[in-house]
Amino acid sequence: MNVKALAVAICLAAPATGQGFAGLGTEVDGFSVPQPNPAFDFPADHGAHPDYRIEWWYITANLDGADGVEYGLQWTLFRSALAPEDGTGWDTPQLWMGHAAITTPTDHFVAERLGRGGVGQAGVIADPFDAWIDDWSLSGPDFDTLRMTATGEGFAYNVDLTATGPLVFQGDRGFSVKSSEGQASYYYSQPFFEVEGTLTLPEGDVAVTGSAWLDREWSSQPLGENQTGWDWFSLSFDTGEKLMGFLLHEGEDTSYTSATWIEPDGTSTPYPNGAFAAEPLEITDVGGRDVPTRWQVALPDRGVDVTVSAMNPQAWMATSVPYWEGPVHIEGSHTGRGYLEMTGYE
Amino acid sequence: MMRAGLQALLSHWTRNPLQLFTLLAGLALATALWSGVQAINAEARASYDAAAQTLGEARYAQLRGADGGPIPQQTYIDLRRAGWLVSPVLEGRAQIGAVDLRIAGIDPLTAPPGVGTIALTNGEIGDFLTGAGQLFATPDTIARIGETPDLTFLPTDGIAPDLAITDIGIAQSLLNAEGEITRLVVTSAQPLGRPPLEQIAPDLVLMAPQTDTDMAQLTDSFHLNLTAFGLLSFAVGIFIVNGAIGLAFEQRRQMFRTLRATGLPLRNLIGLLAAELILFALVAGTIGMALGYLIAAALLPDVAATLRGLYGADIAGTLTFRGGWFVSGLVIALGGTALASIGAMSKLARLPILAAGQGRAWAMVSSARLRIQAIVSVALLLAAAGIAAFGSGLIAGFSLLGALLIGGALALPVILDLLLSAGERLAKGVTAQWFWADTRQQLPGLSLALMALLLAMAANVGVSTMVSSFRLTFIGFLDQRLASEIYVSTETAEGGRLLEEFATEHADAVLPILSAETDLAGLPGTVFGARDHATYRDNWTFLSSISNPWEAIHAGTGILLNEQTARKRELSVGDPLTIGEATFPIAGIYGDYGNPTGQAILSEATFRGLFPEAEATRFGLRTSDPDALQEALIQDFGLDAGAIIDQAGIKAISLDVFERTFAVTTALNILTLAVAGFAILMSLLTLAGMRLPQLAPVWAQGLTRRALGRYELIRALLLAALTTLVAIPLGIVLAWALLAVVNVEAFGWKLPMYLFPLLYLRLTLLACLAAALAALWPARKLARTPAAHLLKVFSNER
Repeated sequence: MNVKALAVAICLAAPATGQGFAGLGTEVDGFSVPQPNPAFDFPADHGAHPDYRIEWWYITANLDGADGVEYGLQWTLFRSALAPEDGTGWDTPQLWMGHAAITTPTDHFVAERLGRGGVGQAGVIADPFDAWIDDWSLSGPDFDTLRMTATGEGFAYNVDLTATGPLVFQGDRGFSVKSSEGQASYYYSQPFFEVEGTLTLPEGDVAVTGSAWLDREWSSQPLGENQTGWDWFSLSFDTGEKLMGFLLHEGEDTSYTSATWIEPDGTSTPYPNGAFAAEPLEITDVGGRDVPTRWQVALPDRGVDVTVSAMNPQAWMATSVPYWEGPVHIEGSHTGRGYLEMTGYE
Repeated sequence: MMRAGLQALLSHWTRNPLQLFTLLAGLALATALWSGVQAINAEARASYDAAAQTLGEARYAQLRGADGGPIPQQTYIDLRRAGWLVSPVLEGRAQIGAVDLRIAGIDPLTAPPGVGTIALTNGEIGDFLTGAGQLFATPDTIARIGETPDLTFLPTDGIAPDLAITDIGIAQSLLNAEGEITRLVVTSAQPLGRPPLEQIAPDLVLMAPQTDTDMAQLTDSFHLNLTAFGLLSFAVGIFIVNGAIGLAFEQRRQMFRTLRATGLPLRNLIGLLAAELILFALVAGTIGMALGYLIAAALLPDVAATLRGLYGADIAGTLTFRGGWFVSGLVIALGGTALASIGAMSKLARLPILAAGQGRAWAMVSSARLRIQAIVSVALLLAAAGIAAFGSGLIAGFSLLGALLIGGALALPVILDLLLSAGERLAKGVTAQWFWADTRQQLPGLSLALMALLLAMAANVGVSTMVSSFRLTFIGFLDQRLASEIYVSTETAEGGRLLEEFATEHADAVLPILSAETDLAGLPGTVFGARDHATYRDNWTFLSSISNPWEAIHAGTGILLNEQTARKRELSVGDPLTIGEATFPIAGIYGDYGNPTGQAILSEATFRGLFPEAEATRFGLRTSDPDALQEALIQDFGLDAGAIIDQAGIKAISLDVFERTFAVTTALNILTLAVAGFAILMSLLTLAGMRLPQLAPVWAQGLTRRALGRYELIRALLLAALTTLVAIPLGIVLAWALLAVVNVEAFGWKLPMYLFPLLYLRLTLLACLAAALAALWPARKLARTPAAHLLKVFSNER
């Protein structure tokens, strides 16, 4: 079995002609398409939407260990549908992929799991919330109180997440436009999680505390055909304000950007294409690939002009569909911490 | 100068086309047999590798049900959810189209690398996982299955024949096994903090990767036999080439002298000769590869059938052309030519520039050289004895074979010389004395060909003895194992219960064949439950046992174990063996030929206690009237005729396997003898021209040309017969080496050796026939030599 082909299929269940990062910018055939002015229904919408092609539950965390070391944590569950239906047993077209990682200043531990829906190996239930693949899970009595676990070769973690603020809707009330051609996704976040728990590393257990950011997104055609990858920033400033911004690559020199400014109380302001800017300052050789690991990031409307630097430039996710994901430090007009995800640098 | 030199050298071959033919044909035959055998081996090995790797048995540990039954799907999910990285495999057989297809269902998402090695593009993954699904099989298998409107078969290479790989969901529905899994493949890398197996799935047992019980190891013996044949044929061919090159060298001595005297440097002369030989090697090598391909293609179906029947190893019956094989064949041809020409080349290098251009009698062997040969031969035979006494392993087994063969071959001219001298001393009458002396005189020229004949004969005797011994033992074993008159099978356990009820009324005895897959001393194996019946007591023989093994079995205080497992785990009678949770002392060890895996036997009651879920679907029925019982089973019980096999039928199938083995052996026998016969023919033809000066005086003294021709024929027969006298004992020693050393190393069991005088007689006759056929033409030629040619000998006398 060709793992690469499989992973591409999982991520994107797409025809072989698909363009863009891992085929994200491809045909919709039969799947539902996100529409403007969404009316979310919670807790049901925390669960899976099998009639959309792609969906994820994505958590990143910036943590401080009792040992004085800074850590980054990632837990992601991707759902990908081969066909717009649920099905039962092995016949279900719903495929699942989990990614987990712990980043330290010197190491980056990664694990990946693949699984089939329909037989119980992986899935998401909205209420009480339970998202799992194999022994990994993100679950709790409600979406504000979650326990997150994962294991991999040489690492494991078990942390509790407690929300201290409201959900934040990205784009236009949760309708997030991804290209000038109108590709879009449903997208909301919970950027106000407090974290407490334990990491297990080859050296032993470490108690950690910190903050986490959860992203929920689903769509059937999130990228335009010419979009080949993205750089996604989730920045938490020391002032309590937060900034989510992304830049989608469109060919060599052009890009499409989008951003959301989040007040400490959760009030959010969306910014259209062009308002947010990010320029690479430093390129690092990551296993033979050129990856920008220091950025100049600006949102002039809010007076933001900062440099964003990777805590560990080698935070490469060597998964079936590889990408870079890791914690960052913020300096400049604002200071703070956050997470950076970069795709399309294979 | 170079050009003129090359022209001069090549002109020799246009004047002696027969010699050129000998050289090319010898080399081509050598390459053909060697590469043909290699192609068969490579093809078979590729098939095993594909089979072993396809489903990961060889690389990954496995979880199986302790009771041998299927694993519930929920257990798989429970293990995954506990952090065990395992992947489900469902295996079974189903009649699809015209083929009894082995179906393997896998889950590509959780399968570790190398399991289910089928190439999917991302466009196809959805079709593989969902809907009507896809089945991957070799093009050959798909062709034999024929039309299947409901199933999509896709051709792929690198998997075993009669196997289809599909998604586990599809396999569950094809095999009517919803929610069932045969085994779980355990991924090598597992996450931290995984709970122990007993906590999640106490009904499963973990089995190590089957590397040390790999089928390849078992089938190696068969391949070793083939390789022995290939090597031997190559050696025979090289003998021929060596002869042809040596002859060409001797005949061109005057030409070399002239070329060098006219200014061609020695270095260039050697270079030209080397270029000439490389050219021949490439031409002959290519012809040989084509022939080898034909041989392999012709023999492969039989080899495939043999391996499948004997070891259950599935290999494809068709040959794929492999580039590496072609290149290695050419390298062998070049290497063989180099080997065959070393002697001639080194002689040329040392030749004084104006050495007498006189032709010597070709390859006259001085008595000194004969003595050296005798010493080397004795040394090699002593080495063989040493290896037999102290060596172990397959390599030692093969070194032993090699030392025996070469030692025997080198001893041949010495022994023949002694025998011919004795004949000469005993001869009465002038003609007889001349005949013996003349035969002895010709020995050096013929010895290479006779050595080739010896090797061919000895290997044939050896391998035939081995295969025939195997066959005799196996037939005895079949009589023991297939004691019941009729065997029946049902599709379901329910059918089995009904059948047992029915048969109890109609047959003298019903012997259910109860079995379960389990772990035997750490090896995967099968346990059988045997009913208490005289059939077993009367028919079973043991390699070693306590005085009343069956009493102990039925009392539940003993277990029977097959020889393979006992040898592998060094177990003997009295040692404890644990099955599931119970431990029994071994009451007997029995021969279990042709079975690669472990096997043990318990009483029916003990077996049912340990494996309550196992149910019999196969039964042996004892009856005094098999036909009536068969009739009743079909008419009254409604059993499908295909579900009934009479004992004679099973035996016929088993013997068919041996017939196929014989087909391969016989084909190779005939081929090697043909090569040896060819060597004799070429030697005789070469000698014929040179011998005229020796024969002319005999003719002049009154022996007719016809008589001379007859003597030529008789001489060839005499030499062939004497050679077989040496070959038969050598072959028997070879057989012993194959049975007592190679077989035990490769198969894990020892076979008694039987001697087959009639077989040897047949081989002797075949060898004599080959020699006679080879001598026929030269003899005829001699009988028809114009008297003028013989007269010329006197007028040309130097």
